[in-house]
Amino acid sequence: MSSIVDVPRVDPAGRFPEPLRLVDDHGLGDKIFRRGVRLAGLFSLLILFFIGLFLFLQGFPALRRAGIHFFTSSGFQTLGAHPVYGVAASVVGTLEVAAVAMVVGTPVAVATAIFLSEYAPTWSRRSLIALVDLAAAIPSIIFGLWAVFEMQPNVVGFATWLSKHVAFVPFFRVNSPPLNASLFMAGLIVGIMIVPIVASICREVFSLAPPGEREAALALGATRWQMIRSVVIPFGRGGIVGAVMLGLGRALEETIAVSIVLGASFRISPYILQHGGSTISQLIAVNFGSGGKLGLQDLLFCGFVLFVMTLAINLAASRIVNRSRSGAGIEL
Amino acid sequence: MSLALGRRTGASRRAMPETSRAGEIEAQGVCAWFSGRLVLELVDLDMQRSKVTALIGPSGCGKSTFLRILNRMHEVVPGAQLAGSVKLDGLDIYGPGQRAVDTRRHIGMVFQKPNPFPAMTIADNVLSGLRFSRMSPANRDDLVEEMLSKAGLWNEVKDRLGELGGALSGGQQQRLCIARALAVRPRVLLMDEPCSALDPTSTLRIERTIKEIAHEVTVVIVTHNMQQAQRVSDHCAFFLAEENLPGRVVESGTTTQIFGDPVDARTADYVHGHFG
Amino acid sequence: MTTDSDLQSTAPTEPVPITSRAESVSSPGLGPGLHSAAGGSLLLEQPPRPSVPRPKRLPSPIRPSDIGGPDVVVLVAAALSSFCLVWVVFYQLTLLSGIFGFLVCWYALFLTLVWVGTAQLVERQAATDRVVAVVVVTAAALIVGIVVFIVVWVAAKALPTMHWGALFTKDQKNFQVAQTDALAHVGILHAIVGSLEQVLLATVLGVPLAVATAIFLNEVGGRGVRLVRTVVTAMSGTPSVVAGIFIYSMLILTHVLPYSGFAASLALIVILLPSVTRVVEEVLRIVPSGLREASLALGAPQWRTVWSVVLPTARSGVVTAVLLGVARIVGETAPLLFTAFGSQVLNANPFVHDQGALPLVIWSDVRQAQPVLIDLAFQAAFVLMSIVLVLFVAARIFGRTKGKKGKATARRPADDVLPRMFVPVPMEGDPGR
Repeated sequence: MSSIVDVPRVDPAGRFPEPLRLVDDHGLGDKIFRRGVRLAGLFSLLILFFIGLFLFLQGFPALRRAGIHFFTSSGFQTLGAHPVYGVAASVVGTLEVAAVAMVVGTPVAVATAIFLSEYAPTWSRRSLIALVDLAAAIPSIIFGLWAVFEMQPNVVGFATWLSKHVAFVPFFRVNSPPLNASLFMAGLIVGIMIVPIVASICREVFSLAPPGEREAALALGATRWQMIRSVVIPFGRGGIVGAVMLGLGRALEETIAVSIVLGASFRISPYILQHGGSTISQLIAVNFGSGGKLGLQDLLFCGFVLFVMTLAINLAASRIVNRSRSGAGIEL
Repeated sequence: MSLALGRRTGASRRAMPETSRAGEIEAQGVCAWFSGRLVLELVDLDMQRSKVTALIGPSGCGKSTFLRILNRMHEVVPGAQLAGSVKLDGLDIYGPGQRAVDTRRHIGMVFQKPNPFPAMTIADNVLSGLRFSRMSPANRDDLVEEMLSKAGLWNEVKDRLGELGGALSGGQQQRLCIARALAVRPRVLLMDEPCSALDPTSTLRIERTIKEIAHEVTVVIVTHNMQQAQRVSDHCAFFLAEENLPGRVVESGTTTQIFGDPVDARTADYVHGHFG
Repeated sequence: MTTDSDLQSTAPTEPVPITSRAESVSSPGLGPGLHSAAGGSLLLEQPPRPSVPRPKRLPSPIRPSDIGGPDVVVLVAAALSSFCLVWVVFYQLTLLSGIFGFLVCWYALFLTLVWVGTAQLVERQAATDRVVAVVVVTAAALIVGIVVFIVVWVAAKALPTMHWGALFTKDQKNFQVAQTDALAHVGILHAIVGSLEQVLLATVLGVPLAVATAIFLNEVGGRGVRLVRTVVTAMSGTPSVVAGIFIYSMLILTHVLPYSGFAASLALIVILLPSVTRVVEEVLRIVPSGLREASLALGAPQWRTVWSVVLPTARSGVVTAVLLGVARIVGETAPLLFTAFGSQVLNANPFVHDQGALPLVIWSDVRQAQPVLIDLAFQAAFVLMSIVLVLFVAARIFGRTKGKKGKATARRPADDVLPRMFVPVPMEGDPGR
């Protein structure tokens, strides 16, 4: 005979028994421990907050003084009674360097990621991944050295060709040689520098593509590229976007390599192939120490602008990459 | 229709053949290794035209591996090696100059876990194989209807062909995969335990599909379920891998013979449920 | 799978035979057979059973390959013919110049010819597939090649003029422009000492803080976890130049600290902290929860569990994180510009006065006109590069999983840790999930 399970009975008032409320009674050691690590966590919060606070406070007088001209005009005077300072040229320069970097770096990075995740033979994969990651570890000053002494002399010829044959595009016009120390060169080296960043995120996302779907595509007679195009890349789309955004954030903030290539230049130069040009981070780095107090406040506010910009991009990118990682929207 | 599995010269979009002719597969001396370890030893098997051949046997004795060798999916796994010959209508698919991609267009596969492309619509899923081979059907909609009907899915999805493939139930997804595999009009369809993850209703529907398509597509099905093998197949091959030994085909023959009057004692033990 | 013990007593029959093939497999001859199982015994551990007939000879295993003879011929032919064509055109049309342009043209033409050749020989899908394969291999080769080239190039520029003795014992105090053999009188001792002290201070102060934060995020949790995680991600994306001017504006401008190595350490902590926190948090997450539960069930308080059980288990991951964190901050230049400021002379006290550092020496010397200083800059670059390489390799060795369980251990190998140190890769558990 089967037994009957006892059903909990409701008491006459109609209530179920209360669940036990469990209180974890931490000892003193634990209390100190928990409070201590929580403080450590909040310390990071403090740092971030102070970064924004101090840069804004110390830099704000510059904005107040210059008003909207801070962003709209170009030119920088370190001496003078009523110096007017505008970062427009540097903002444009930052965007142009980032644009060149993205155009150069993104295709190489995505292709490298596809290679590492789909084509590399298994025995070599770890080493190749390590080599690509090593590119992320090389200090930017060394990239700068290489760019100036080795890359630039070899690419100047190509830049000359571009300036002669693609001059109908206003960007590429050149008024006078030389063509080194240009925004184009800076963009090129930054493009190389962002490849490991974009590649490593893309590679990780690609490797998460579901093997069942891959097999389905191959079994239908797809070539490897057809399989990648119909399964891996659609799956990794969000990751690619996020990776590109993180690469963009990096390209916008790159300071040292750009500064070494561009030198201490304040020339306004929307023409990317031409000698000269400036980016915001380069402005800060090369100007420091030569300006009086006024110049300093301008620089600090630039730093604030840079900080906010990269913060926004990185947070947005992080959201996109994580959503893609969890495969949201792809339900089976 | 051309039997050649070899090179095509300069062909771009090709018109589809209107019907397919069921093919015959002869496997001879097939061996398989994974990272140097022999898992399948000298399998000789004939899978006859327009018939359903079931590969039965306990888990882990190489049935799925053998199946994957038939459409050159085995070599996708890193470290996998093989030996032997597999002839489709007389042409060795592992012969010199034969491409895996060509083989897979003639020998299709349905997997254990349904794997429709979730980002494509149902109709696009069915047509996806054609896109890969750059074949264009005379009429897309007719083809979709024909394939989904063959797979027993048409009535359930005919009003929602634009929905994404991932939105269906498990049984429906598997039938979609069958429709997708049939759309390229393969000569042989390989099925790797297609019903093991499904409910009984879907299982029966799929078994009906198998019987209906067998005259135009040779079917080779791996199954754990002996009753299913009896219901569905004309021929059976019993695989077995004894302790620490690679898998082999112990016995093969017609289904009635294997289940009714097996020659080998191990076969008899298996079909009578003494192990496995 | 079980078998009946009496199965072995009956002699098994042969399967329904086709013509049994005496000769071995038709091999396309592609792909090396790694392992021939030909010959008598196939058995791994079991002794041979007399009743089971063993096959006389197994054919050699093959692995079919996508790339056959004709494909290689197409690739080589396309490469050669495009090279010749571009060479001819290049020298005729003098408008193009430089090796870079030549390579670009050659590559473009090469891809076109590969596509056309394969499309003719096989079919269009295969042609596209082949071209894509070439492109991705080129891309990877390009970036790997550049990295290797840079490393070798720095060495090649530094080593010929290196005065090993002077390099590590002298600073730039005695530099005179017109000196012969000037490199024997200058060195980068001030930079090495500076970098050492700054990095050491940053590590000693920053790593415990980072580990504590990681413990908070992963072990303790509670209120504020999401916020702190967001903050850590945000911080990891902070430009290093911002870290520098932040410390400058908060501590130096306000005269709390002078230009000093210590100020530089603080700026470096701003960079080190988020990277190490993220990695350590991931490493802690991988520690199996069963270990924690076992310790708690034995009555240990949480702090004891973390200290004696969790952290030791995660030790190799934490060490990897520290090594890579140090590799990251030792190469940072921008934060130092505003804090340590750089110096030509040795300053062993990190708390007062400007201090030099390896990146700063490179930064200031490479822009000078004197070739001697440029040489010195390259030598400093070589030293810096070597330090980064050594730390990188050490991290990979350390991060390798302990070999007991073979490949499938729970610990992540270093190649997953690496990108997170140098790149603001989002953490799992970041906002957006």
